[in-house]
Amino acid sequence: MRLLIIAGPPSSGKTALAKQIIKNLSEVLKIAFLKIDVVKAFEDEELKREFNIETMKVYSGDLCPDHAEVMVLGDAVLWAESLKSDLLMVESAGLCLRCSPYLNQGLGVVVLDAISGIHAPAKMGPMVSLADIAVVTKIDLVSQAEREVFRQKIFEINPDIRMFETNALYGTSLQLLYRKILMSDPIDPETLELKGVPPIGTCTICVGRKEIGWQHHFGIVKKLDQCSEYLYRGE
Amino acid sequence: MSITITVFPGKDKANLRENFQSITFISGESVSIVGPTGSGKTAFINDIELLAQGDTVTGRTVMINGQYPSDEYRHNPAVKPIVMINQNTKCFTDLTVEEFILTHARARKKESPKITGLTIEMANLFTGEKISREMRVTSLSGGQTRALMIADAITVGAAPIILLDEVENAGIFKHKVIEVIKNTDKIIIFVTHDPVIALLTDKRIVMKNGAVKKVINQSKKELWAARALIDLDQKMGVIREELRRGSVISEEILGIVGLEAGVVTSAEVV
Repeated sequence: MRLLIIAGPPSSGKTALAKQIIKNLSEVLKIAFLKIDVVKAFEDEELKREFNIETMKVYSGDLCPDHAEVMVLGDAVLWAESLKSDLLMVESAGLCLRCSPYLNQGLGVVVLDAISGIHAPAKMGPMVSLADIAVVTKIDLVSQAEREVFRQKIFEINPDIRMFETNALYGTSLQLLYRKILMSDPIDPETLELKGVPPIGTCTICVGRKEIGWQHHFGIVKKLDQCSEYLYRGE
Repeated sequence: MSITITVFPGKDKANLRENFQSITFISGESVSIVGPTGSGKTAFINDIELLAQGDTVTGRTVMINGQYPSDEYRHNPAVKPIVMINQNTKCFTDLTVEEFILTHARARKKESPKITGLTIEMANLFTGEKISREMRVTSLSGGQTRALMIADAITVGAAPIILLDEVENAGIFKHKVIEVIKNTDKIIIFVTHDPVIALLTDKRIVMKNGAVKKVINQSKKELWAARALIDLDQKMGVIREELRRGSVISEEILGIVGLEAGVVTSAEVV
């Protein structure tokens, strides 16, 4: 079974891309689709209705959605395998940009929209730098020069990334992407692990304390004047 | 280096196959795409820009030099032989004009110390509002953005095929643009509603309902009509600039454009 993880900020076109992939590959691959979101998602129902494929969703609620993904992905792989799927597609919620949901196997795709601002690729950290493929959407809204400038900025963050530029509503120029997915290596569920290092997850805010100001917290505690760089930087 | 582009038919809006075998453009040729709004003019040049392989809205296929383009050719701007100026007169890129040009030059592998100056200088030929290198691209006016994009396409893009989508509509000096890009051995394709541009091109493609309906070669008579229109167009241009500058049209200005002041009846005044 192949694995494809789609990440990217809200409204960047992740679902539009997922639809194009399903439309173009569902005749040759049996596809299972998992949507991970925080409080509300409709993608699973939409895709099930439109393409008649197996779908599932999970709401992370008060848990970080990337954390939720790590928790449920093992089960999701079993679920997709039990359906004899050829491709498991996972669409992440993509919110805080600290994590990257990509695994050491399969393909990790980041979806960026061409009008999201020139500094977006740099701000998105590991979601861009650890992705195998970038899909730039909404290219019909910008000039060719602007598109190429945006592309250059992404390459400057991740020189090895494969890039596709598309109007995801029509799925223009994505044939090579479909080929890449089709030819990607099968995963070995026993050895799946995260590509990036997850952020530290134990501070008093993580466990639900609402007070403002460092006096009320313990764990990673710094005052404003001490955090000119990162508040905390892991490995 | 001579280059050819060949377009093979796709489908119109009613999903019917277009009625032509293929259309080929060669170096040095100028082409206009005409037709009503929504007839598929922009989609036609988008297909060329994307070197469509049946994977765009229209389903057309485009060959370059008689061959299917490689993936590298399609996806890497550093080797792509096509530049396009589309209708967008807004730029979302939060960079200065200089940073924009330099980043684009890196993408196209055309870095040189003079490229910024050269591009801005050319852009300023096309617009009455001066652009400078430290301005932010996001704050440029529609005309400035268009002028900068055209200059950037010529200096940084420097490609043998240039596609222009309604270059006339942003209040820039279109004759200057045409003057700068014609007489090269480029393939130049204009999507246009401007009769002068349409008549001046070697070939005219007429679009309807998403499909190519006709390909017309320029005739001597049309060239003659174009000459007459250019004259009118220049007069129109003089008056347009005077109005933009805040002038009141005087006998003198009318004299410059070779028109006589007549009597206007009150019924004709809006």
